[in-house]
Amino acid sequence: MRLADALNRAVRRLPAWPVYAGSAAYAGWMFWRGVAGGLGANPVEALEHAYGEAALYLLIAGLAVTPLRRIAGVNLIRLRRAIGLACFFFVVVHLLTWAVLDIQSISRVWADIVKRPYITVGMAGFLMLLPLALTSNDWSVRRLGPAWRRLHRLVYPAAILGGVHYLLLVKGWQMKPMVMLALIAGLLALRLLFVRTPRRPILRGAAVPAESQR
Amino acid sequence: MAHRWKNTLTDNDVTPERVFLNRRQIIGAAAAGLALSGLGGRAQAETLEPTGWDDITSYNNYYEFGTGKGDPATNAHKLTVEPWNVRIDGLVDRPGDYAFEDILNKMTIEERLYRLRCVEAWSMVVPWNGFELADLLAMVVVQGGAKYVAFETALRPDEMPGVHRPVIEWPYVEGLRLDEAMHPLTIMATGIYGRDIPNQNGAPLRLVVPWKYGFKSIKSVVRITLTDTMPPTTWNKSNAREYGFYSNVNPQVDHPRWSQASERVVGTGLFARRQPTLMFNGYGEDVAGLYAGMDLAKHF
Repeated sequence: MRLADALNRAVRRLPAWPVYAGSAAYAGWMFWRGVAGGLGANPVEALEHAYGEAALYLLIAGLAVTPLRRIAGVNLIRLRRAIGLACFFFVVVHLLTWAVLDIQSISRVWADIVKRPYITVGMAGFLMLLPLALTSNDWSVRRLGPAWRRLHRLVYPAAILGGVHYLLLVKGWQMKPMVMLALIAGLLALRLLFVRTPRRPILRGAAVPAESQR
Repeated sequence: MAHRWKNTLTDNDVTPERVFLNRRQIIGAAAAGLALSGLGGRAQAETLEPTGWDDITSYNNYYEFGTGKGDPATNAHKLTVEPWNVRIDGLVDRPGDYAFEDILNKMTIEERLYRLRCVEAWSMVVPWNGFELADLLAMVVVQGGAKYVAFETALRPDEMPGVHRPVIEWPYVEGLRLDEAMHPLTIMATGIYGRDIPNQNGAPLRLVVPWKYGFKSIKSVVRITLTDTMPPTTWNKSNAREYGFYSNVNPQVDHPRWSQASERVVGTGLFARRQPTLMFNGYGEDVAGLYAGMDLAKHF
């Protein structure tokens, strides 16, 4: 666990703001490339996909925080809120790119949400992430108490919906969406292991390790 | 040939300014042209702007070289296109393996400025060079019992990195009804903008059927078979609910996962408006008769 300790010491000094700044910079830079003609023949599609994929990568990163801590002892929990909010930011710009630059009409956006399963699934995922983003602040955590944790378990179904949304969109059996969905499913499956471990009866009177109380 | 299609759209017809016409303007202009000419012939007032060479050759669906739009341009250089043989067999009087050069020597290459509408709801305008498939079929003499034409793309695992994964079933196969294949709009393309067709666009020889979704226009053809039964087609085998044998461009019949009512014109930038999709991709006047009496929502 030497490496884990060293990593933990390094992370402790790491501020969260670069996650926000990096996300905003990447989103802005991609948009500028789209405007300037640097995103190829179909910039709307390229931008839509870049933002959507960034959201999925951050979602996977956010879901990896707990297993990393439990299995490898690497604690990135300080960055998790930033990762989650950055993910939501990319979901929002992905959605805006789709609605404003791609579909270009409110009635057709609505028609797609109702009629197209992959859009329905994506929208459902977005709606699940919305309350999580709104409560990702210290005040909400204090205010909601234990309910906050229960509420934020919504990220599990939202992640599955995000992965399915991507898989449903492509033609044929493509690698990338399948790998992403497998990663999401794998990270969620790992949690089933943790659910069981701490619940095993610990010797009566033994001190519960601080870690498992988190 | 009883009736050869006259190409009225060439580079010379292109508006010099990068004028973007929306459909209303196009219809208005076409209607005005018709009214003024009073001849009742084909509307010729329409102006098509060909998509740029760079966009045509960098934004491709050719899954044998990868599923990303840029993958074919990156990987297709590995494809050996010389020598190239096309096996023509089935219900023909002169079956055989035909060398590409020998075919070229017997065919007349023409320019055809066609719209290309992808099933993914994007479109391009491509200045093809090629010959009518009907001429090739005449060369091999189609027998009376033939009703369909089956096509097959090269399958070269050593040269095609994409075929190592079962994204779709390989080799890629397509098919047309014989009357569709014989239609003067249907060509075998060998060039774009007067240059040899790049590998990523289906070198050295590909089908172009402008009133059907792009995936019908099979690339890098190595085999053409005349048959009396409807041949299997790749995307139909992959997902019959989404991709029919005919796959005519039809804004009224949506893909189960997305609308086909409009399209994004490739190369028009981040803020361009979508354009309404035209029935038979705008070639209805020439081809609607092929499907008279057919329910196009059923035979999609």
